[in-house]
Amino acid sequence: VCLSDNPSKPCFVLFFKGVRIMLDCGLDIKQILHFVPLLVVPGFQVSKARPWSQGGDKRTRVPDDVTQELKDCGGRLLVDGAPEFAIPETGIINLSTLDAILISSYGCLMALPYITECTGFRGTVYMTEPTLHIGRLYMEELVKYVERNPKSSVASHWKQEHIIRNLPAPLRDAIRPRQWRKLYTLHDINSALSKVQLVGFSEKVDIFGALTVTPASSGCCIGSCNWIIQSKYEKICYVAGTSTLTTHPRPMDQAPLKNADILILSCFTQTPLSLPDPMIGEFCVNAAVTVKNGGNVLVPCYASGVTFDLFECLSGHLDQCGLSGVPMYFLSPVSDSTLAYSNIFAEWLSSSKQSKVFLPECPFPHADLLSKGRLKNFSSIHTGLTTDFHTPCILFAGHPSLRMGDIVHFIELWGNSSANTIIFTEPDFPHLDALAPFLPLAMRVCYCPIDTSLNFSQANKLIRDLRPLHLVVSETYTKPPVLEPLRNDLTIDFEPSPLTYKQGEVLSLPVKRQFEVVEMEQELANTLEPVEVKPGSALSLVTASLVAKDNKFLLKRLSKETQLSRKRRADGSLLWRKPYIFGTPSLHTIADALKQHGFSSIKVEESDTGSIIHLVKEDSLIQVDGSSTHIICDSEDVRLKLKDVMLKCLKQL
Amino acid sequence: MTEIKVTPLGAGQDVGRSCILLTIGGKNIMLDCGMHMGYNDDRRFPDFTYIAQEGRLTDRLNCVIISHFHLDHCGALPYMTEMVGYDGPIYMTHPTKAICPILLEDYRKITVEKKGETNFFTSEMIKTCMKKVITVNLHQVIQVDEDLEIKAYYAGHVLGAAMFHIKVGQNSVVYTGDYNMTPDRHLGAAWIDKCRPDLLITESTYATTIRDSKRCRERDFLKKVHSCIEKGGKILIPVFALGRAQELCILLESYWERMNLKVPIYFSLGLTEKANHYYKLYITWTSEKIKKTFVQRNMFDFKHIKPFDRAYIENPGPMVVFATPGMLHAGLSLQIFKRWASSENNMVIMPGYCVAGTVGHRILNGARKIELENKQMLEVKMAVEYMSFSAHADAKGIMQLISHCEPRNVLLVHGEAEKMAFLKNKIQQEFGIDCFMPENGETSYIKTVHNIPLDTSLNLLKRQLVPAEETEEPDPKHLKVLHGALLMKGSRMQLIEPAAAFRELGIDEYELRFTCNISTEEEGSVSDTSERVYRTLLREFPRCPVQCSSDGSISVGESVLVKVSGDEDCKNILVSWSHQDEDIGSHIQKVLRPDA
Repeated sequence: VCLSDNPSKPCFVLFFKGVRIMLDCGLDIKQILHFVPLLVVPGFQVSKARPWSQGGDKRTRVPDDVTQELKDCGGRLLVDGAPEFAIPETGIINLSTLDAILISSYGCLMALPYITECTGFRGTVYMTEPTLHIGRLYMEELVKYVERNPKSSVASHWKQEHIIRNLPAPLRDAIRPRQWRKLYTLHDINSALSKVQLVGFSEKVDIFGALTVTPASSGCCIGSCNWIIQSKYEKICYVAGTSTLTTHPRPMDQAPLKNADILILSCFTQTPLSLPDPMIGEFCVNAAVTVKNGGNVLVPCYASGVTFDLFECLSGHLDQCGLSGVPMYFLSPVSDSTLAYSNIFAEWLSSSKQSKVFLPECPFPHADLLSKGRLKNFSSIHTGLTTDFHTPCILFAGHPSLRMGDIVHFIELWGNSSANTIIFTEPDFPHLDALAPFLPLAMRVCYCPIDTSLNFSQANKLIRDLRPLHLVVSETYTKPPVLEPLRNDLTIDFEPSPLTYKQGEVLSLPVKRQFEVVEMEQELANTLEPVEVKPGSALSLVTASLVAKDNKFLLKRLSKETQLSRKRRADGSLLWRKPYIFGTPSLHTIADALKQHGFSSIKVEESDTGSIIHLVKEDSLIQVDGSSTHIICDSEDVRLKLKDVMLKCLKQL
Repeated sequence: MTEIKVTPLGAGQDVGRSCILLTIGGKNIMLDCGMHMGYNDDRRFPDFTYIAQEGRLTDRLNCVIISHFHLDHCGALPYMTEMVGYDGPIYMTHPTKAICPILLEDYRKITVEKKGETNFFTSEMIKTCMKKVITVNLHQVIQVDEDLEIKAYYAGHVLGAAMFHIKVGQNSVVYTGDYNMTPDRHLGAAWIDKCRPDLLITESTYATTIRDSKRCRERDFLKKVHSCIEKGGKILIPVFALGRAQELCILLESYWERMNLKVPIYFSLGLTEKANHYYKLYITWTSEKIKKTFVQRNMFDFKHIKPFDRAYIENPGPMVVFATPGMLHAGLSLQIFKRWASSENNMVIMPGYCVAGTVGHRILNGARKIELENKQMLEVKMAVEYMSFSAHADAKGIMQLISHCEPRNVLLVHGEAEKMAFLKNKIQQEFGIDCFMPENGETSYIKTVHNIPLDTSLNLLKRQLVPAEETEEPDPKHLKVLHGALLMKGSRMQLIEPAAAFRELGIDEYELRFTCNISTEEEGSVSDTSERVYRTLLREFPRCPVQCSSDGSISVGESVLVKVSGDEDCKNILVSWSHQDEDIGSHIQKVLRPDA
């Protein structure tokens, strides 16, 4: 089942072997673009915001209580209320029955509190240590941004079906606004994360004895992983947010993903048209040029991840340009923590960063930049930034949606000067939509999206290497992007054609389970007497008691009394052990055997359909026909003798 | 039935030179590769000729596992890999890999440069040796080869110390290295899941002691330190650069802050800052409390503790000095000890275990006159205090670990023989499991019994688990009986439905059928006799389906057919059955034959 609309913020539920596992818990923050930006100072509004004066047609006029909720910002209609978020679909499945949630990276857990706190969830959440800590910081950052400027009420009037239909685009196209929810609180975050069990890469985690799940490094951010969900005979791999490029995290681990029955892919690059490396170059050049001309550079960013690579590349580039005196500022309520955490996760970093720790040095150059004062971090503009602020400078600040955080303040401040530049690097939000409420702007706008996730050619190569039996991808990945309808190379191609998912759909996966592991006690094994049926193959019948416990099966020897009681057949109770006989004795063998056992008067008649051995003296007939023998005999003594002879010619189990 | 073989080359009924050979499922594994502090001759290294008379060890060992960076666990590593010769994989945790080469280099310097020994490993050798190291994360399952997998658990003895779970097929062993079951100021407690190994190889340093509560010991320590410096005495605390030292630093640092003391605390230079930096970078390996607060204030940024300079030895006035090495067997700590030993005001606090043969060991045993290497006698007047801060599990901790991971056998190493024997008894009594304590060079054989895993057809299994006929609730106590065919092909074992097994092997079940005529001279109609036979059969086989069909024949079970024919005076009962129902058939014979 797929519960998320945005393939880059995935959320799935997998049913397998009676276990319900949720794969990732991404929060689609894009919808926040429909809201009026939150200023740092409470009570103030973005300068471009105007009350919405609807014109024209009376029929489509909306009531006043709705117009109060909406604001016109830079020619675009936005909602003026407490920001809400599009959470994963919760209506399809009863999420309280989930057994486990597997999280692949800190970018994919932002909806976790909604699931664990609001659905009666009682299972366990599995993730790596960096994912936990950085994920917590990301969520806290979001909460702090929103709580810093509390909006009294949630705007809900505009969501009514008949009203929303008459609103101008893009608000009209908001996706399922009635399912949006207010943001969780710090308490929710703590409670959600208390349900987390930490895992290390390639740790085998047992889920109810039925499945083992293993995280394998995915190389996209610190502590990010792909999940391998397997039983003894089946293997399902869930690949999310993978990067085959080398940046700071530990490189991707491909080997464990090979030869899966099912490969589920999500989180491809959101910018298939631009490669990360040239974009980083462009970013550095743009930043340097602006600074050289005396302007300021504004970089909307998250508090971790690619931002750290930007620090590294940019400081290097500035050195080369002779601009090492230009200060860099990093504003985020959690900047202290993300920078500190980045230093202690050596085990989760690339080997070059790891070997620095052996020296010992800090793995990231930003530690050095911080100690030299070239990079300064502040939790917000109110905490000391103003006393120690030099322009021109390069300022990194959140939130990349431009709807909240300190960045809003700086757009207002610097937006009117064409010397300044804003450079977008985060691919999560379309930059034009993000900027819309601030238009018109005099400042230069650059778009250098850096998304290190798989692009289509990398993904196709990966799929060829991994050789899954079946492939599951988002429906959107099987068609070229809307803007580039002819680029067929921007699709996934695979034989047999991949299964596709989209929000709200249930997909049954073609995994056929045939076997299960059952353990046999040594004691029981000792009682077995296998018969070699064919060279290299032996067969033995097993009758034993089956004990099922914790999804594990154990075969035990039947106790003496049950063995005895079952053997008694006279009362007609079912016999547990039935004899099986097989073999292909020829007529001769049978005849010879008969002779050996004292049957002398043998007459053999052969016909097309079979043969008949006539025992004259005993007045008995034996019909032999390929794989069956029919003994017709009236005397019980003779019959028993004949039976023994026949069984000697055959093999018995 | 399989066997696990364990031979300690070091640490068998001894502390120091940990090196244990393990053979499990045909794989040879070396657990730790340490040196002995108490010896300066050949005995300081394990006897590697035990593994191979001559030549390299690469072919003889599948892997080497190092539990932590103490020299008695890794000190012989460069000697083994570079001078004896081993190119296979060596596993250790990240902090161990980071710190281990520093200690090795330190050790090498003392041995070669101070004592002038030749034929010792070089710095270059340490470097090439460390290149062979593969790092492991906690709980990461590493597949050494197809069959052999290892997994590290947190051991809490020093930064980066780990216990290892080693598994080949169904056989498994846990090697604890050194561990600590009670969290201390900077490290968490050891933890392992209920992995039920066949064998637990555990250290037993404090096999007989149950240490009093940590808090008391700490208070005691601080009181002694405080009263000594009040009298103007100097305190020497010999430590290893990493581990205990950091814990004591944290302890003193907070005490100094609380009591507003100004007496200088020094930490012998060089290693210290580096060491503290390692602690800062590997915060994830420390205790929960430190992890939580590190963003605001890193515990390992000490305010009161300054680097030490040799010139300070002669400084007047009280001071506290941490100096390496910890057992007073060489280096700066020994040098300071010699200078300060003659004053009664001074004090030396030994915070850890000392190996026999070291100066530390001798003064702890009450020796007041120490002979130094150049035949000089040194009179010890300073107070000698022993504070057990060594982060080893005590007897309680060891028992706790055993009950935690539920091993089938226990093997003791890294302890003294008598203490081990005592603990061995206790383990056998309390848990009722076998306990071994081999000497160096002595091999223990541990037999293991395992269930045999079968690939079982799901159809067969489902049929058993979901009773087809019974409509009642499935009763968990009800005995479920599985009847299937075990097919063995090469090494693969499948348990499948008998018919499927025959199909797979391409053999047909052979049908053997018997038909007998029984004649009776019973009078009456055929149907009467038929009716009588039917009743008899119903009575005889109450739990078997007996049916009468329209043509007068009676069927019993799956294959038995009884048919009565004949005339008024003489009846002929024809009984026919297949071999599978032989018991029914022969029983019918007995019942129906008139002479029976």
